[in-house]
Amino acid sequence: MIEELTKDGAAQSVGAPMIEIRELHKWFGEFHVLQGIDLDVHRQERIVICGPSGSGKSTLIRCINRLEEHQKGRIVVDGIELTNNIKNIEKVRAEVGMVFQHFNLFPHLTILDNLTLGPLWVRKTPKKQAEEAAMHYLEKVHIAEQAKKYPGQLSGGQQQRVAIARSLCMNPKVMLFDEPTSALDPEMIKEVLDVMIDLAKEGMTMIVVTHEMGFARSVAHRVLFMDYGKIVEGNTPEEFFKKPKHERTKLFLSQILH
Amino acid sequence: METTIKTLNPESVRPPVASVGILGWMRKNLFNSVFNSILTILTVYLLWKIVPPFIQWAFLESSWHTTSEQCRAGDGACWSIITRNIRFILFGFFPYDQHSRPLVAMLILFTLLGFSRNRKHWKKHLGYAWIAGLFAMGLLMKGGVFGLTSVESTQWGGLPLTLLLAVFGLTAAYPLGVVLALGRQSKMPIVKVLCVLYIELIRGVPLISLLFMSSVIFPLFLPEGITINKILRAQVAIILFTAAYIAEVVRGGLQAITRGQYEAAESLGLNYFLTMRLIILPQALKIVIPPSVSILISAFKDTSLVVIIALYDVLKTTQSALSNPLWMGYSKEAYLFLAILYFLGCFSMSNYSRKLEKELSAGG
Repeated sequence: MIEELTKDGAAQSVGAPMIEIRELHKWFGEFHVLQGIDLDVHRQERIVICGPSGSGKSTLIRCINRLEEHQKGRIVVDGIELTNNIKNIEKVRAEVGMVFQHFNLFPHLTILDNLTLGPLWVRKTPKKQAEEAAMHYLEKVHIAEQAKKYPGQLSGGQQQRVAIARSLCMNPKVMLFDEPTSALDPEMIKEVLDVMIDLAKEGMTMIVVTHEMGFARSVAHRVLFMDYGKIVEGNTPEEFFKKPKHERTKLFLSQILH
Repeated sequence: METTIKTLNPESVRPPVASVGILGWMRKNLFNSVFNSILTILTVYLLWKIVPPFIQWAFLESSWHTTSEQCRAGDGACWSIITRNIRFILFGFFPYDQHSRPLVAMLILFTLLGFSRNRKHWKKHLGYAWIAGLFAMGLLMKGGVFGLTSVESTQWGGLPLTLLLAVFGLTAAYPLGVVLALGRQSKMPIVKVLCVLYIELIRGVPLISLLFMSSVIFPLFLPEGITINKILRAQVAIILFTAAYIAEVVRGGLQAITRGQYEAAESLGLNYFLTMRLIILPQALKIVIPPSVSILISAFKDTSLVVIIALYDVLKTTQSALSNPLWMGYSKEAYLFLAILYFLGCFSMSNYSRKLEKELSAGG
């Protein structure tokens, strides 16, 4: 399955990058969590970010839809620069899908209502159309039969798949994944990764923070290693895993690959 | 490979007689230790001493439709103080020949409340029904049009006044309290400081002092010739007071919502108001149903404090009936009746909150 995935072209595609990050700095109080990040993400490109905890990888992708505010540098998403302009922020958020470690489904709404909420209220899609689209995406993540249930009645893996479908309902141009499988029991990780691989096959632009190196190897165009708020190195998965350049990367890989 | 199954005698499978049925229940719950046995016997003795005499007083020897002289001749309860004065207790100084008007107004209110109990009825037309109903109630109380004699609000009193203060007080205080709670969480410093100041100032004074202020001090600041209706002023004081308490309870609910819920809503592109309305408040308000209903119940009872600014609510009209020399000395009966009235109101509120909680908890 995974081998069918083609990785040609996308990374080299011409035109303005989907996401452009320049000299990005962020502090949490005194703590300098992002120390000058430069990153271009092209359309249909798939990037995996890994690194030890506290390295700033989650903070970086949370800056991309302004869940965190950056203090220096610039982030441009699909031609819109993220500033304090709340209208722009909402526009960017509607175009950028986000999947969280802890799913963050809305527990008081049914699965179907979780999915249609964004389209109904942000996109002003008619109800019938929104529900049809929601059912389409639920089928895609193999969970359509649960549409009338509440999130609390589903397993972790199912909830995460619903969360992915919820983001897809907004027809995002980019999908951000913040450690999507870290809170899951081992036997549920595969069902979520399979859904993400399907997404990759369709050419979705993705940035994934994960420690699932098998996923990185088969899906990513580029793997980035972050440590102490910097991107230490980034390369194609083949090069990255075979010939890591930096000592820190080698150490990290030896630790997580055993 | 033959297995022998020992068949049990059905009699021996049954539990022993002493552990089932009424006898078993009593042994398990009432006499399972020496201490509990003593408590049980003591309680039964007390009930024996209290209940039969009460029934005798309240029902067997009581008089229901008699004059006060006949009452004084008998031993039992004199419910006649209620039945003979019921119209004054319920309607106060509202013109005697017009009593059907507040009665109809109350019936409209009860019908609307009863209809609103069912959440399936919470549609647009119920909103219109409430607006029309409130308009009709105001018209019935005030009069002056359609051939109804005009009745000054100073003549309003009794149960309609209590209900007016309670229903408007609670329905206005709740949304105001929610707004204050959100304001207290606001990132805008001015809004936040104003809300904190308001909540702390109001919570720092007793309701009675607010009522005094509204009736005595507030008019001093008004330009000469302008007066604001006394009932309205008391109403506003009750609303402002209750809202501060609701705000703090709602804040507790807001704090129970994880950051993830805000982030998920924001990352869908929902703005602040939609996030609050669709995601945060539905969850937060559901959590705080029990404490908010406690506040609403105590606010309902606190409306009786308007007595001190000489408004004739149902407590005051009952007291007035008692001060009639004919009926003096029957305060037991009068206050019991009043307690039942208030209990019905409070109990139906707590009952409804439990029903609401149960319905809402169906959703995860």
